[in-house]
Amino acid sequence: MTGQNSLRLRTAEGITFSLPLAGPIRRMLAWVVDLAVSMALGFGLGFGLLFLSQISEALSTAIGFVGFFLVQVGYPIISEWFWRGKTIGKHLLRLRVVDDSGCKLRFTQIVIRNLLRVVDMLPGCYLAGGADCLWSPRSQRLGDIAAGTVVLHLAKLKEPDLEQFNSGKYNSLRNHPLHCHRLRNRLGPAASGILLESLSRAPRLEPSARIRLFSELSAYIRSHVEFPSEAMEGITDEQFVRNTVDVLYHQRAGKFEPFTDRQSAGDAARTPPAPQRTAPF
Amino acid sequence: MILNLDRFLARERPLWNELDQMLSRVESTPGLRLDFDEAVRLHYLYERAASDLGKLNTFAGESLSRTYLESLVARAYGEIHSGRSPRSQGSVSDWFFIEFPATFRRHAGYFWVAFLISIAGSVFGAASLIVDPDSRSATMAYGHDRTTPSERVRREENGQSLDAGSEAALASELMTHNTQVSIQTLGLGMTWGIGTVISLFYNGVILGAVCADYIREGQTLFLAGWILPHGSIELPALLIAGQAGLLLGTTLIGRGSSLPIRQRLRLSGRDLATLILGVAVLLIWAALVEAFFSQHHEPKIAYPVKAGFGLLQLLLLASFLFWSGRGSREPSQMKENR
Repeated sequence: MTGQNSLRLRTAEGITFSLPLAGPIRRMLAWVVDLAVSMALGFGLGFGLLFLSQISEALSTAIGFVGFFLVQVGYPIISEWFWRGKTIGKHLLRLRVVDDSGCKLRFTQIVIRNLLRVVDMLPGCYLAGGADCLWSPRSQRLGDIAAGTVVLHLAKLKEPDLEQFNSGKYNSLRNHPLHCHRLRNRLGPAASGILLESLSRAPRLEPSARIRLFSELSAYIRSHVEFPSEAMEGITDEQFVRNTVDVLYHQRAGKFEPFTDRQSAGDAARTPPAPQRTAPF
Repeated sequence: MILNLDRFLARERPLWNELDQMLSRVESTPGLRLDFDEAVRLHYLYERAASDLGKLNTFAGESLSRTYLESLVARAYGEIHSGRSPRSQGSVSDWFFIEFPATFRRHAGYFWVAFLISIAGSVFGAASLIVDPDSRSATMAYGHDRTTPSERVRREENGQSLDAGSEAALASELMTHNTQVSIQTLGLGMTWGIGTVISLFYNGVILGAVCADYIREGQTLFLAGWILPHGSIELPALLIAGQAGLLLGTTLIGRGSSLPIRQRLRLSGRDLATLILGVAVLLIWAALVEAFFSQHHEPKIAYPVKAGFGLLQLLLLASFLFWSGRGSREPSQMKENR
């Protein structure tokens, strides 16, 4: 299952998640870094062979042939095997090769994807591989297709800061618990997610677009739950949406009994048991 | 109903952080093996995060936490659900003496097709040379067209032999060159096998033209003494590379198979890698023989001795490929049956 630039997987437990795929430009940059690394290794080897050639030129030539070949072919294979699908270039560009089912790589996959570079390079400058990477829905070059691998872009994700939507200020909607309860019942997760997303994107919008967006969202909320006029007094459409999100996602203790409490009974059963203490009575 | 994010995050965030730290440690330490307790904890944290992801998808519709959790679950999934073979699958000798020949035999049909294509190329190359001797420059590669067989025989029989250092240099050059040609022959299988067929045919043309050239000038014994010692390994190795290329090509075409292309490639991936790695081993041996033995001629080593050595080697290679490991279970089968 693939989407645009992402690989969508469903685990045996029924959980669906998507993995962001690396695009051709990022992969090309990683390749350029790896090429530089290979060249540096080659120069290092050549420098060592210069000394060796003083002792035996033929031996130096022999080691040179094998050494340069191993650097060229062996570096990505060894690196990807020991570094779990990464080379130096991929590490710097936050890329990682994985099996196309999201699992770790097998050695045979690493060998095949790297040996088939010879075909990806045809007729020159990685033209076949690059074109295939652009054309393929999984951004795979020919070696990846043969080996059953994909290259992921491991973006550095920070832990989400949802507190930014919780103003902590007075929220006039909370004076009307019955309406808040209705709000929570009538706005589903999808609509709630859109409201939250709109707040996170609001700073990037043009002022006129921002006003128009929150006006429409406010009307949408009011079409589901009509709050008393005193709850709406003096607040803008955007503030109304912010207050709505606050009501939806940040439930104050004692106000409502959240759905998760019923679920958490199941979670508690799965949590490893805490050390038992004898009740003192 | 919508998830109470305050309570949910307060309860789950420490577990996500723990999972993140554990994954960072595993990812940044190549070869790290978790002990039993750590593995159990990692699995628990993965299941917990996966469950949280399911809850967020169903009850929150909130994308920031979901994206973060998806990334965590994906990383953990990749570490826990491994496609890697267990380390106890077999030794290198098991692989070479059991798995490689068994893989060769399993796909022997492609080997014979590769053989026939090469023979066709050889006949074409020989016929071209006989019909049009001026075609030498087109049909012969690697400098064979620059001299006649008689001149070469005279020069090499009277000339100095290579010293040990030069032999080593030649061996390494031949090994890398032949391995590159073999990799290319395999890789061209990605053109639905067409590139592999062309590569095999072209190599056959060169071989046929060179052989015809030497035979025409009455240098058959020299040719046998020169080609057979290393060619008895090198040429079959190239044919095995062709076999792998044809296997790849037909896997892509998938005629007669109801499996999707991904599944077909997954099934033949191990065989392809086994064949090409086996070819690399054979080519190392062939290069050593070519550099240290094939390049020495009469009067140093009699041609019948060299030819006999080559024929004996060919016999041993055929025995190895067609009989080695028969009756033994392959390491890959042992793994699949577990």
